[in-house]
Amino acid sequence: MAKTHVTMKVNGAEVEGLVEPRTLLVHFIRENLQMTGTHIGCETTHCGACTVDIDGMSVKSCTMFAVQANGSDITTIEGVANADGSLSALQEGFRMMHGLQCGFCTPGMIMRAQRLLKENPKPSEEEIRIGISGNICRCTGYQNIVKAIQYAAAKINGVEFREAAE
Amino acid sequence: MIPGPFSYHRPTTVADAVKLLSTLGDDARPLAGGHSLVPMMKLRLATPEHLIDLHDIAGLKGVTRDGNNVLIGAMTTQHELLASEVIAKSIPVLHEAALLIADPQVRYRGTVGGNVANGDPGNDMPALMLTLGAAYRLEGPNGVRKVAAADYYQGAYFTAIEAGEILTSISIPVPAAGHGHAYEKLKRKVGDYATAAAAVVLTMSGGKVETCAIGLTNLSETPLLADAAAKAVIGTSLDAASLKKAAAAAQAIMAPAADARGPVEYRKHVGGIMVMRALQRAAAKAA
Amino acid sequence: MNDMTPTREERSAALEGMGCKRKRVEDIRFTQGKGNYVDDVKLPGMLHGDFVRSPHAHARVKSIDDSEALKVPGVLAVITAETLKTVNLAWMPTLAGDVQMVLADGKVLFQNQEVAFVVATDRYAADDGINKVKVEYEALAPLIDPFKSMDADAPVLREDLAGKTSGAHGPRKHHNHIFEWTVGDKDLTNAAFSKAEVTIKEMISYHRTHPSPLETCQCVCSFDKIKGELTIWGTFQAPHVIRTVVSLIAKLPEQKIHVISPDIGGGFGNKVGAYPGYICAAVASIVTGKPVKWVEDRIENLTATSFARDYHMTTEIAATKDGKVTGLRVHVLADHGAFDACADPSKWPAGFFNIVTGSYDFPVAHLAVDGVYTNKAPGGVAYRCSFRVTEAAYCIERAMDILAQKLGMDPAELRLKNFIKPEQFPYHSALGWEYDSGNYGTAMRKAMEKVKYAELRKEQAAMRAAFKRGETREIMGIGVSFFTEIVGAGPSKNCDILGIAMFDSCEIRMHPTGAGIARVGSKSQGQGHETTWAQIIATEIGIPADNIMVEEGNTDTAPYGLGTYGSRSTPVAGAAIAMAARKIKAKAQMIAAYKLEVHEDDLEFDIDGFRVKGLPEKFMSMKDICWAAYNSVPPGMEPGLEAVSYYDPPNMTYPFGAYICVMTIDVDTGVYKVKRFYALDDCGTRINPMIIEGQVHGGLTEAFAIAMGQEIRYDAEGNVVTGSFMDFFMPTAVETPHWETDFTVTPSPHHPIGAKGVGESPNVGGVPAFSNAVNDAFSFLGSTHIQMPHDYWRNWAAAKNLGVLAA
Repeated sequence: MAKTHVTMKVNGAEVEGLVEPRTLLVHFIRENLQMTGTHIGCETTHCGACTVDIDGMSVKSCTMFAVQANGSDITTIEGVANADGSLSALQEGFRMMHGLQCGFCTPGMIMRAQRLLKENPKPSEEEIRIGISGNICRCTGYQNIVKAIQYAAAKINGVEFREAAE
Repeated sequence: MIPGPFSYHRPTTVADAVKLLSTLGDDARPLAGGHSLVPMMKLRLATPEHLIDLHDIAGLKGVTRDGNNVLIGAMTTQHELLASEVIAKSIPVLHEAALLIADPQVRYRGTVGGNVANGDPGNDMPALMLTLGAAYRLEGPNGVRKVAAADYYQGAYFTAIEAGEILTSISIPVPAAGHGHAYEKLKRKVGDYATAAAAVVLTMSGGKVETCAIGLTNLSETPLLADAAAKAVIGTSLDAASLKKAAAAAQAIMAPAADARGPVEYRKHVGGIMVMRALQRAAAKAA
Repeated sequence: MNDMTPTREERSAALEGMGCKRKRVEDIRFTQGKGNYVDDVKLPGMLHGDFVRSPHAHARVKSIDDSEALKVPGVLAVITAETLKTVNLAWMPTLAGDVQMVLADGKVLFQNQEVAFVVATDRYAADDGINKVKVEYEALAPLIDPFKSMDADAPVLREDLAGKTSGAHGPRKHHNHIFEWTVGDKDLTNAAFSKAEVTIKEMISYHRTHPSPLETCQCVCSFDKIKGELTIWGTFQAPHVIRTVVSLIAKLPEQKIHVISPDIGGGFGNKVGAYPGYICAAVASIVTGKPVKWVEDRIENLTATSFARDYHMTTEIAATKDGKVTGLRVHVLADHGAFDACADPSKWPAGFFNIVTGSYDFPVAHLAVDGVYTNKAPGGVAYRCSFRVTEAAYCIERAMDILAQKLGMDPAELRLKNFIKPEQFPYHSALGWEYDSGNYGTAMRKAMEKVKYAELRKEQAAMRAAFKRGETREIMGIGVSFFTEIVGAGPSKNCDILGIAMFDSCEIRMHPTGAGIARVGSKSQGQGHETTWAQIIATEIGIPADNIMVEEGNTDTAPYGLGTYGSRSTPVAGAAIAMAARKIKAKAQMIAAYKLEVHEDDLEFDIDGFRVKGLPEKFMSMKDICWAAYNSVPPGMEPGLEAVSYYDPPNMTYPFGAYICVMTIDVDTGVYKVKRFYALDDCGTRINPMIIEGQVHGGLTEAFAIAMGQEIRYDAEGNVVTGSFMDFFMPTAVETPHWETDFTVTPSPHHPIGAKGVGESPNVGGVPAFSNAVNDAFSFLGSTHIQMPHDYWRNWAAAKNLGVLAA
C-alpha cells in the first residue's frame, strides 16, 4: 500500500513520517515517533489508555488514523511535565494522592484530566468522575484518581487542597 | 486488531465527496467521527477499499437557527452539540441525550451526522430525531433531497440513503415554547448502548398532555416512533392508568434482541418503564 | 544536644520505613510515560507474530492452507502444530499436570483457540496474514454445560487422553473427568449431619470471569544463534518459573535463557501461566534468528489466556437450633475448560479451597472437588486471590447467610457466635489448615459499630414495610462478609510449582556511601514493591528508603524467586527481605563493635545506627558502617556488606476482614445502587498504609465488578458473548462506589515483621459482601439464594420470580 507523508506538531516539535492510510495514530506515535507513553489497552475505544490531546480535544488515538492527524497539534504524556522538567500539577497530584498503581492507564488518565481541568477548572467530584469515564483503571478503584485531580485543580487554582474526609 | 488496507481521500467539497463516492461505488465509505466504522474495520467486519474523510469539507459543521428550524451540520460533534447555546435554548433534550452517548473522548470525535446516518439501532440520536420530527438533507449524484427521519430507517444498518449520497445536515423544527422533554436511557455502564431508552417531547395544557411524541432506542432493528403510545396519553394528566397504557402500546412495537444486556422480555419490560419515566419527567419540565 | 541535632522521631521519619505513607518511587516514571512495558521493547529487525484462531468451540481441523498468507507482503512464515512437532513443542505441559495444545493438533477445543502463528515484519502484515490463512473445520458437538460433562453420551473432548484412567491427581471417572480431590472426614461429617437439628443445602455458583489487566499478555523473544542464548521480555508474574519451564520444554540450558519482566501493567493472576504465544514467539525467533514480538489483543485476552472461577459449589451446613455450626459438607463441580491449566501449587488441584470452613469453628467438614473438561478456554487462575480462596470465601459466606435466614438469626450475630476465638489460635481447621492468628470478634464488632449496623437494620425494616405497603419500589440489602484468607504460598512441605519449593528470596548489597540495592525474587505488577521493599530495609537497617534501590524481574540478576501472585510477596519475599536485612545488620554490628572498640553485645541498635549501651554519645551510624565495611572490617572478616536470604515460610498467613455493603435495588428495572461500602482489613503489620488503602480500593472495585456483572459467558454453541470491553463489565469511575476503609492489626506470629499480605483480601471478601447484600435485599420476599452475577436484568428476573412485579 502506498504510503502518505504526514506532518504534525507533537509536544511542540514538528514531526513527519510516512504512513499507510490505515496506520492508527497510536501506532504512529508509539512506533514511528518512539513515544511509548501512550498505551493500548482494549482496541475497541473503551479503555482510554491511548488518550492524547489533539487540537484541544481528548481523543482515543486507537480510533483515529495517523493521516487524519496531518497538520494537527498533539500533546502526549511525554509533553506534560513543566518546562523545567518537574512534574506538572496533575502528575504531582497522581503521585501525592496515590492515583496510580501499575501505571498503564496513567498516561491516558492524565491526558484526559488535563483537558478536563482546562475546560472546567473547578470540577465537582461528580464532574470529575463523568469526565474520566472514558478511561478504565483496573488497579485504583478511581477514588484516589479523583483525589489526584482535585489536588491538581487546587494547585492550579492556587488554593489549599484539603483531602476529602473519609 | 488492525484494519485492512484502504486508500484515503480527503475532499474539500460535498460535490467532490459525492463524486468520489459515486465513482468508487460500494468499495468506498464516508468517514465522519469514525467511532463506529474504525472499530468495525479493526475487527475486519468492515473492509472498505476507500475512505472518504469528510473533515475538510467546509460548511458541514455548526448549529444555526433558521426561523422555526434548527440546522445541525452533519460533522458537528457531540461535544460541539453540548457546547451549543442554540441547542441549549431551543432543543435541550438533545443536550440530555448527547451527554448519555459513549464517553467524553468519543463525544469530541463522534458526529451527530454519523450517529444518525449509519442506521446502528444502538445509536441514541435517531430516536431523538424521530421524536422531534427532524429531516435529513442528503446530497448525491442526482442532487439534493430531504428525507424525514421517520422515513430514513429501514433495518439495522439499512437506511434510505442511496449510493453516492452523503447526509450533510439535519433540520429540526423547534419544539413549542414551554415544551417538556426527557430522554431516559438505561445502560449498564458509561460507554454502553442502551438496554432500553425512550425520548419524550410533549406540551401540556391545563395539566393535561396536549401534544406528545415518543421515540425508542435499541428496542428494535430501527429506532421507533411510538405513535400509539403517544396518542394514549394525549388529553390525560398522565395518571397511572394512562402511563401504563402508553407503556403497553410502546411495548407492542418493541422487538429487541436478546443479548448480554438481558433477555427480550426484560428489555421490553424496562423499555416500558423508560417510556413511563420519560413521560413523567417531561411533564414535570413542561410549562 | 544542640537544636540542630535531630530528634529520634526526626531520625526515624527520615528513614521513611515501615508504617510510613511513603510516596511511590515508581510514579516518577509512570506519570511521565516513561515506564517500560513489554510492548515498548523494540529491537532491531524485530518481527511480529499473530494467531489464526478457531471460530468453533469444538471442531476437527481438516486442513490448513497457508499459501495465500505467505503471498502477503511482509509475511515470512506460518507456524502450525505440524511445524511445532518437528521440535516436539506442539503440546506443552501445564502447571496443573495436564498437557495443552500450543497450536491446534487435529482438533480445536474452545473458541479462539490458537490454530496457526503468522510471523511477519510488522503487526499490520501479520494481521493481513492471519486473514489469509484458510482453515477447514468439521464442526463437532460442543460441551458447554459442566453439569452435562460426565453424562454417558457427552462428547469426548480430549482424544489424547483416550484410555487414561488416571491423571496427575488420581483416578478419572469419565472421559471428561480430570480429577476428584477430597479432604476431611466423610464419616464424621455425615454423622454430624444425621444428628443435626438444622441443615441447609444450596448450590452456590461462582461464575466464570477473567482478570483482564489493562495491559494484555505479551512477550518479545530474541534468540542469538551464535551464543545459543534466548532472551525473553514478557509480562510474567513469575519470571524465574518461566525460565525453568522454557529450559525444560525447549531443552535449552537454563543459564542461556534470560527472562526479563519489565514494568507490568497489572496482572491479577492473568500473567502467571505459560501461554502458546510465548512458545510460538520463542520458536519463531529460533527459526528466523530474529526477535519476535507477540502482543495479545483484548478479545484474545478475554477469550483465550486464562479465566477465573467457574466453580459450582453444592454446600451444606449442619447446625444446632440456636445457631452453632456442627458440620460442613461441600461438593464442587469445577469447570476447567479444555485443558487443566490451573495455576495452583502442584499438589493442590483445587488450590486452597479447603479454607472453605472460613472464619468459623466447624468441628467436622468434608470437601470433594470434581474437575471436568468443557469446550471453554483453559485457565483457572487466581484472579486477585490466593488459589481458589475467593471461591471458598464466597461459598461459606453465602452459606452462613442462608443458615442465618433459616434460623431467623441476624447474619452478623450468627458469625459472632461461630467465630474461631482468639484463644484458639493457632487453630487447626477441620480441613487441615493451621490458622496462625486472628481476632475476629473484635474486627466484626468494630465494623458493626462504624456502620451503625443496628440502625441500618431498622432502616431496612422500615423500607421493607413501606415496600409491602406499596409506597416504594426499592428494596434494601445489607451484605455482611467476614473472610479469612490463606496467603503466602508457601511452605516447602506442601507447596511447589513443578517441583520447585515456593520460597522467595532477596539479595541486598550495601555500597560504601550508605546506599544499596536490593534484588528480590518477587515481581511487582503495580503493587509498588520498589517503594515498600525499601521501607522494610530502611526500618531493619536504618538506611533511608530513598537510598535503597529495589530491582526485580531480571532472572540474571535477581535471586531465584517464585514471583508475585496469591498475595505471597509480603508473606514470603517480604520475609526474605527482612531476613537478608538482618544479616546485613548482624555484620554491621560486628563492624561497629570493632570500630567503637566494644564487644558486639554491648551495642544496641538505635534507629539508624548502633549505640554503646549506657554511653549514648558512642554511636556509629549505618552510613558510616557501610563505609567502614569497605576499608576497615575486623581482622579475619571479609570486606563488603552483602547478604542473601532464601525464605521458606513455616506456615501460610491468614489475613482477615469484615466488610459491610449497603445497597438498594429498584425491583422494576433491577438497577442497584451501592449506598455504602465499609471494609475493615487486618493484614497484620502495615508496611505502607497508603499503598494498603490503594490495594483495598482496587480489590473492592474488582469485587464489585465480578459480583455485579463481570462474566465470561458462553452461548450454547460455545461462542463467548462477553468478549470485549463493550460486554465484559469493566466499571468506570461513574459506576464505581465510594469506598470506606478501616483496619485492625493482628500481627502474624511467625512472619519476621508480622505482615500478612493484603492485595487480594478485598476481592475475596468483597464479592460475598456484594452478593449477600443483593440476597439480603430479596430475602424478605421469600428468596434464599440468587446466583451471581447480579446485573440489572438478573435482579429484575429475581424480582419477577418472586412475584413482585406488576402484571
